Amino acid sequence: MRIVVALLMLSLAWSAHAQLTIEITQGVDNPTRIAVVPTGWSGSAPLPEDLSSIISANLERSGQFDSVPRSSMLSFPATEADVFYRDWRVMGTEFLLVSNVEKRGERYYATYSLFDVLGQRKVISQAKVDGSEAQLRDLAHHISDKVYEKITGIRGAFSTQIMYVEAFQRATSDDKFRLMLADADGARPRLLLESEEPLLSPAWSPDGRQVAYVSFETDRPAIFLQDLATGQREQLTNFTGLNGAPAFSPDGDKLAMVLSKDGNPEIYTLDLRSRQFTRITNHYAIDTEPSWTADGEAVVFTSNRGGKPQIYQVTLASGRVERLTFEGEYNARGRVSLDGKTLVMVHQRNGVFHIAAQDLTNGTLRILTETNLDESPTIAPNGAMLLYATRSGGKGILAAVSLDAGTKYRLPSKQGDVREPAWSPFFQ
Amino acid sequence: MITKAMKQGLSFAFVMAFLVGCSSTDTKTDGADAGTSANGGVTTGTADGGSLGSSDGSQDAMSDLETVIYFDFDQAVLQPEARTLLQAHAEQLIGTNTQVRLEGHADERGSREYNMALGERRANAVRDFLVLQGVNRSNLEVISYGEERPLSLGSGESSWSKNRRVELDY
Repeated sequence: MRIVVALLMLSLAWSAHAQLTIEITQGVDNPTRIAVVPTGWSGSAPLPEDLSSIISANLERSGQFDSVPRSSMLSFPATEADVFYRDWRVMGTEFLLVSNVEKRGERYYATYSLFDVLGQRKVISQAKVDGSEAQLRDLAHHISDKVYEKITGIRGAFSTQIMYVEAFQRATSDDKFRLMLADADGARPRLLLESEEPLLSPAWSPDGRQVAYVSFETDRPAIFLQDLATGQREQLTNFTGLNGAPAFSPDGDKLAMVLSKDGNPEIYTLDLRSRQFTRITNHYAIDTEPSWTADGEAVVFTSNRGGKPQIYQVTLASGRVERLTFEGEYNARGRVSLDGKTLVMVHQRNGVFHIAAQDLTNGTLRILTETNLDESPTIAPNGAMLLYATRSGGKGILAAVSLDAGTKYRLPSKQGDVREPAWSPFFQ
Repeated sequence: MITKAMKQGLSFAFVMAFLVGCSSTDTKTDGADAGTSANGGVTTGTADGGSLGSSDGSQDAMSDLETVIYFDFDQAVLQPEARTLLQAHAEQLIGTNTQVRLEGHADERGSREYNMALGERRANAVRDFLVLQGVNRSNLEVISYGEERPLSLGSGESSWSKNRRVELDY
């Protein structure tokens, strides 16, 4: 009984799918108070995207900002000359963002300035960014990144994207699986691939141009590579048994994966140029879920070689294997932060599956989430937040938590089960 | 402990009764008719898993045997009930060229790729048992769907125990 695969490829086409909407559930105790003044605009028709709303939503979602509601603003300054610091200081505003957009031809030109209200000085002066009408949201994300970095000292990740799988499963067999791409805030969802057979484990190439994932469209699991700009795809593996968990090396030259072609699930790397496979692990237990350390010198993986799933690390040059997790009976799907200091994972405690972070310098493990059935943690490229999949109200949803557990938000979906998030790298 | 042992005893008795029922059915019906009556009589299942239960999974055309084998959480070990059932499958497969696809599955808990590997482990355990009984290995194909194709869509042990399974797809 083979099911015919209907494969629909609408690469980078806008889709009418319900987008993920943000619900902030927890922010830091003393967020920075910022006023994002409505974007100045002199066009006859309204600006197609409300840049200032996108910016303040971005900043609030980080948990580190509290934005002043428009209704409380005493004035809407569009230039420095209109800024009266005292008006903003009296309402406890610490920073003030003023922006303006002009349209020349088919292009939109944004100018923005950031003021330190308490210091009464300009910290970003007349910065500029421009783009097409379709890029207006990108302009807002760009400004958000600059403001966030100026105030926190951490590079903003609002211009990044997320991939995820949307699944529609019923008791009958007409399942549908969609690989989706969206802005980091869940807006502008685009369909990358649709199949009647399972799709899972999407992974970004480090340059953000390609994705690898597992598809069952051939009636067996296989790893595919897809170019985001052209939609072109290539089947990389077709072995008997498992073909799963693809992970690009930090230099983008190799893909780590799990294959069970030799009888046991083992970690392999595929050199994407020479197309050579190299076996990395050799153990009769389950070895799976490879993930690279930031220096590309080691691969972290899940193994039940000790009887229960735990996270191990293999150094590629020496082949030396070291166990990383010891707390609890189930630790899986580890991801090491870019600074190499934190390991995030799926961790079971009292029968409940949470996302936990382990400090790799001192071994301390901390549970970050209060939800259940949590899985697939993926860290933002700036290391501030991680996205994961959980269940709420009988549906699969995405949620986010900061690595210090201080900030939490959810991205509920109106339709289907949403899971398998993969946070993009920085673009350029 | 007593309750658990009694449950297991009961479900074992159930399996035996079921198997006896099957062989008598076999003498009366053959071919396509058998498939339609396959699901009717069996409704078993203990909370501990590892026992037989009825399923919506496909039934083969040549046998009334239950085609779903259940497992405990994070385990790929065959329960005694499963062995009894698989022995019956082996007996009718030996000496034939019947192709059987063994589809391994896991419940939704834990990580997806680990569950993919676990599903394969379960299907391998079924394959190895059948081969040990004399079934031709080349007639058995193993595939794992991990937690991607649940039989029961809910969250909770009653769904999870149904989803930790291997389906024999004739």
